[in-house]
Amino acid sequence: MKGRIVARVGLILLVLFAAFPFYWALVASFTPEATLFREPSLWPRTLILDHYRALFTERDFWTPIKNSLIVAGFTTAFCVTIGAFAAYALARIEFAGKRAVLAFILAVTMFPQISIVSPLYMLLRRLHLINTYPGLVLPYMTFAMPLAVWLLVGFFRQLPRDLEEAAMVDGASRWQSFTRVILPLTGPGLATTAILTFIYCWNEFLFALSFTLGPERYTVPVAIALFRGQYQVPWGQILAATVIATAPVAVVVLIFQRRIVQGLTAGAVKG
Amino acid sequence: MARISLAHIDKQYPNGFVASRDLNLEIADGEFLVLVGPSGSGKSTVLRMIAGLEKPTGGTITIGGRDVTRLPPQERDIAMVFQSYALYPHMTVRENMAFGLKLRKQPADGVARRVEAVADSLGLRAMLERKPAQLSGGQRQRVALGRAIVREPKAFLFDEPLSNLDAQLRVETRAELARLHRRLGATMVYVTHDQVEAMTLGTRVAVLKDGVLQQVAPPMELYRHPRNQFVASFIGSPSMNFLRGAVSRANGMPQFAAPGVTLALAGDAPVRDGPVLLGVRPHDIVLSAGVNGGVRGVVSLVEPLGSEQIVYVNVLGGQDLVAAVGADASPKVDETVTITIPSAAMHLFDPETGGALR
Repeated sequence: MKGRIVARVGLILLVLFAAFPFYWALVASFTPEATLFREPSLWPRTLILDHYRALFTERDFWTPIKNSLIVAGFTTAFCVTIGAFAAYALARIEFAGKRAVLAFILAVTMFPQISIVSPLYMLLRRLHLINTYPGLVLPYMTFAMPLAVWLLVGFFRQLPRDLEEAAMVDGASRWQSFTRVILPLTGPGLATTAILTFIYCWNEFLFALSFTLGPERYTVPVAIALFRGQYQVPWGQILAATVIATAPVAVVVLIFQRRIVQGLTAGAVKG
Repeated sequence: MARISLAHIDKQYPNGFVASRDLNLEIADGEFLVLVGPSGSGKSTVLRMIAGLEKPTGGTITIGGRDVTRLPPQERDIAMVFQSYALYPHMTVRENMAFGLKLRKQPADGVARRVEAVADSLGLRAMLERKPAQLSGGQRQRVALGRAIVREPKAFLFDEPLSNLDAQLRVETRAELARLHRRLGATMVYVTHDQVEAMTLGTRVAVLKDGVLQQVAPPMELYRHPRNQFVASFIGSPSMNFLRGAVSRANGMPQFAAPGVTLALAGDAPVRDGPVLLGVRPHDIVLSAGVNGGVRGVVSLVEPLGSEQIVYVNVLGGQDLVAAVGADASPKVDETVTITIPSAAMHLFDPETGGALR
């Protein structure tokens, strides 16, 4: 009995701890700046939309949003499609060097981003890709692809083997069995992988900061970080921008939370 | 419809496990051949090799005269019913059954007619638009059957299809399968660990143990003339009793002696030195009340089955025997009985090799 109360209290504290920054950002983004500095309070007394309005009139916040959508969108599309094929082969097909391929894919994720930023910058500059969309999508794929493959291998392994065997006996080639039997059944897995990949790309900061040069290509995290002027820090606008950047993602995750957990633990038990 | 030949089939896995050892089997066109054996005997492996889902490490497989050893399952024109049915969960019953035909680009109305005809014959007409998740186990099994029948393949392969059904449904479906075979006249290869299914369904039954074929014969031949001790104990329920003893000649007649047991053998029984195993089926043992000489024992347990009774008898000075007697007999626990075994019901085996002695 006592254990349960402790657990409950602990859980509530944990939730408060995790959710507080977002709650505060939300509340503060509707508070006039003067009030923020003079009498900040957890319960807003006056609510204003000034910060939000300023975001889109004084600054052009649409462009970073557009850039983020394009970069995250394309990366997700590539990684989920190419990753699905790779994951299926890794999960079901026996081929020479399979273990090496899997290890290689994992090894790529072990490089800290900061350690590869400089060489990547030089490479992208040689290819004239600095400050372009491909210049972000390609580096993003280095960490998004292993993630997508890893998640999808778990999903494919979960499918019963005799489904594909039945399809083969019925006369389906590997391709037909993959597209007409396997893929329709991994819909939830593909959706979850897409969501997680998209979120990863949407929040990415280091590569976006390093490989873009001007506001026309900044993504949302970079744009927000660079709101800071020489003399002033426009806290209100930063908070408003943060809420706009985070809220949709938070809502999507809350809606799909059960699937996401399923995706992260897929294959953990069956193997 | 086709004959299937397996010649010198070996199957060894990379970890060293041998699933099949020099297997030779001829399955006649239109025959219902049952592969039976305990778990790990290699029977499913043989079936999967015929299907093309596993490749033999040695030997050849021919279906309908065509060497298919190197061919993938798609090109062998066989249909398989899996133990778990393996129905496509996202497709309706109709789509499940039409899948194979659609893949071969058959014209749509021909496909629809064939699917409906087969669905009718299996009583699935009302369920054509449902998905597998909405069906009962028995219905799913019929869909799996329908999916195979619609393709009109050279042969049907069954991998323990009745294992997931409850006892009552199993008996009904068994009869349906037998009727289906009579109706289609198709070559069917059927894997099971249940010897009752083997006996009731098979034109011939192949008994496997540890990857080695023990005996292939029609069911009654296996029952009456088992070639070795394994086949003798595997076929028939309750299992055959085995007594370890020796054969000698007494008054010119062969005789079997074991602790507490002396039995006269048939005149042509082989007499040889060394220990022998005497096998006798529970249904062949005759129990009579009282003491009339001969082998005596004490009843230790009676299991009434309704149509018959299983009686466990403790041979005086010897081992336990299991006998099966009719429902009108009334053996009582702790009663002393006389055990009579007709010489025609005696099987002799070599204890070393397990082989039958003739």
